[in-house]
Amino acid sequence: MKKLDKDRLILGFAGPVLALVVAFVLSTLVLLVSNRDPFELYRLLFEQASYSDVQVLIINQAGTYYLAALAVAVGFRMNLFNIGVDGQYRLAAMMAALVGASVDLPGPLEIALIVIVAMLVGAFWAGIAGILKTTRGVSEVVATIMLNSIATSLIAWLILPKNFGDQAAGSNNLTTGEIHESGWFPGLSLGPESGEIYGFTFVAAGCGLVYWFVLNRTRFGFDLRATGASESAAQASGVDAKKMVLTSMLVSGAVAGLAGMPTLLGDTHTYSLDFPVGIGFTGITIALLGRNHPVGIALSALLIAFLDKASSPLDQFGFEKEIATIMQGLIVISVVISYELVRRYGTRRQQQKVGEELAAGHALTTEKEAAL
Amino acid sequence: MRRITSIAAAGVMSAALALGVTACGDSSSSSSSSSDSKGKKTALAYDIGGRGDQSFNDAAYAGLAKAEKDLGVKGTEAEPSDGESDADKVQRLTSLARAGNNPVIGVGFAYAPAIKKVAPKFPKITFGIIDDASVTGKNIANIVFNEEQGSYLAGVAAAKVTKTNTVGFIGGVETPLIKKFEAGFTQGVKDTKSSVKVISQYLTQPPNFDGFSKPDLGKAAAQGQLDKKADVIYSAAGLAGSGAIEAVSKAGKWNIGVDSDQYSQKGLAAYKESILTSVTKDVEDSVFNLIKSVQDGKPQSGEVRYGLDKDGVGLAMSNPAFTKMTDVIKAVDKAKQEIIDGKITVKTAP
Repeated sequence: MKKLDKDRLILGFAGPVLALVVAFVLSTLVLLVSNRDPFELYRLLFEQASYSDVQVLIINQAGTYYLAALAVAVGFRMNLFNIGVDGQYRLAAMMAALVGASVDLPGPLEIALIVIVAMLVGAFWAGIAGILKTTRGVSEVVATIMLNSIATSLIAWLILPKNFGDQAAGSNNLTTGEIHESGWFPGLSLGPESGEIYGFTFVAAGCGLVYWFVLNRTRFGFDLRATGASESAAQASGVDAKKMVLTSMLVSGAVAGLAGMPTLLGDTHTYSLDFPVGIGFTGITIALLGRNHPVGIALSALLIAFLDKASSPLDQFGFEKEIATIMQGLIVISVVISYELVRRYGTRRQQQKVGEELAAGHALTTEKEAAL
Repeated sequence: MRRITSIAAAGVMSAALALGVTACGDSSSSSSSSSDSKGKKTALAYDIGGRGDQSFNDAAYAGLAKAEKDLGVKGTEAEPSDGESDADKVQRLTSLARAGNNPVIGVGFAYAPAIKKVAPKFPKITFGIIDDASVTGKNIANIVFNEEQGSYLAGVAAAKVTKTNTVGFIGGVETPLIKKFEAGFTQGVKDTKSSVKVISQYLTQPPNFDGFSKPDLGKAAAQGQLDKKADVIYSAAGLAGSGAIEAVSKAGKWNIGVDSDQYSQKGLAAYKESILTSVTKDVEDSVFNLIKSVQDGKPQSGEVRYGLDKDGVGLAMSNPAFTKMTDVIKAVDKAKQEIIDGKITVKTAP
């Protein structure tokens, strides 16, 4: 039994490690072909990452990515592809910012209100896709992609000055007004040089624990994984598959709603035209890379955030920072391929082992027969 | 066994999160060479799109290039990444300022919150921001343009030239900035000939900025307006506008370009005959002037407004077909004088 666990552990690590090695080799090749010195580039990336202010940026970004990836992972465990995390977190952040700017409650209550609104809005937006899937059989992939566009238009309309938006004198930006100060989530300050780690980053880490606990230690988590593995089998064992689809979409959306919170509560305190976009899509990459495991996701969130942040000053050293995007793309491709390779290898190994055992067992019985 | 590994795993995760914090204390800028603060260095931080957008960012770069040539300054450029937040912009401006760049110029209103945080920490460095006047400070120069005034003149010309009594406006992304173009244009048309119909359309809504970059969107929109009998179309849509220019040119109707004089732009040479005029916005000189003012020891501060009076915005006069229309030119010149004299106030929102 112990031996099997070790095997599984090695195989589990083999996928990501193989992917990273392949991605590294491919990136180096791309750089060599385009006449760039790869080692100078890697040196620069690591030098950047050794600076404390860049580290703070990486950690804050990783926290945001982590939440988005968890949202995607909840769907993945259920065999649901929630591409709509992007629209869900943006709409949630905007609604939460509006509520935060118009309601003034004391300290923690204000924060709780904003966070709950964000989760409800995210769940609502994802729930639309869930209902469409359970009642009409609409693929959640199509529905969530379309809901992303609808969210964009809805936000653009809501943020108009004639509706709920606010345009400061002399500014060309639109905001939702500033959240009352009681709703600012305190961060961990590391001195003026380095900046501040958003308090919500720690909440994100906590969400990882909750995710692990719910999936692995509760009835709901079991049902969810069972339905993900085989819907018909789960149904036969008494799980209401439709209810599970809807519930997991709602949960996925609620977690997605949190993805905008580190930035909103820790930094901007308002939703404006230049609120970060695209986090939901990066979340898909990270969930894939992290194999839907809370620790895997955390490590891949850190990796992607590292590539993002350490690469941004590359322009100043004569490198194109798009190199980091290429590297991220190569990582995704390598991940898909290497996981498949490792899976096949694992299956074959298992088959061999079972075959050997059977053969050994057979040999044993024939010996017995012979003895008789 | 499983329980233990999971708990250990959770521990690793929180440790990973906390790792960077304790690792090392150097910040990116404290270790980079920053002694050269005497000021032969200057930096541009671009907005989404960056260099090569054939519009706003490129115009800013042209100003920097001119300063490098004429003033001998060394320019640094920094581009944003997709989906970044204000914190990234703060870090970028801080490291540019610490490296001894002066002035540090944020191209685009998105830099406003970051400049508000960074500028007070570097009182000796001038921070420029284009298209924003909401953050103010002693060492902040707010470079703003009266886009609506130039657009008003375009409206006057369009109203005079149209034969179908229908003109079109195509905005790239529906932001307050582009609405200034629409407001000025519509007012110019209506003041000149109130019976002319203006069809207004935006290509995308923020945060989808495709409307500034995808020519096919501009082309489709222009096609739609042509079908509705528009015969003069003004596109304020950056690179997407080139698609509109192509469609309008093929239909044999008039274009009005934006930002730079598009009649003389190489990429649009095939369609130049159809480009009646362009509403120019002199971002290039505004950047150059700011750098020069710092080099001269009299840095610009506060609102630096470029309107019709300083030729900061205006109407290009390079298409001979346009300059031959004497009555149109006369009407445009009259309107220009009236705006400068304050007889006409142009609205900034439709």
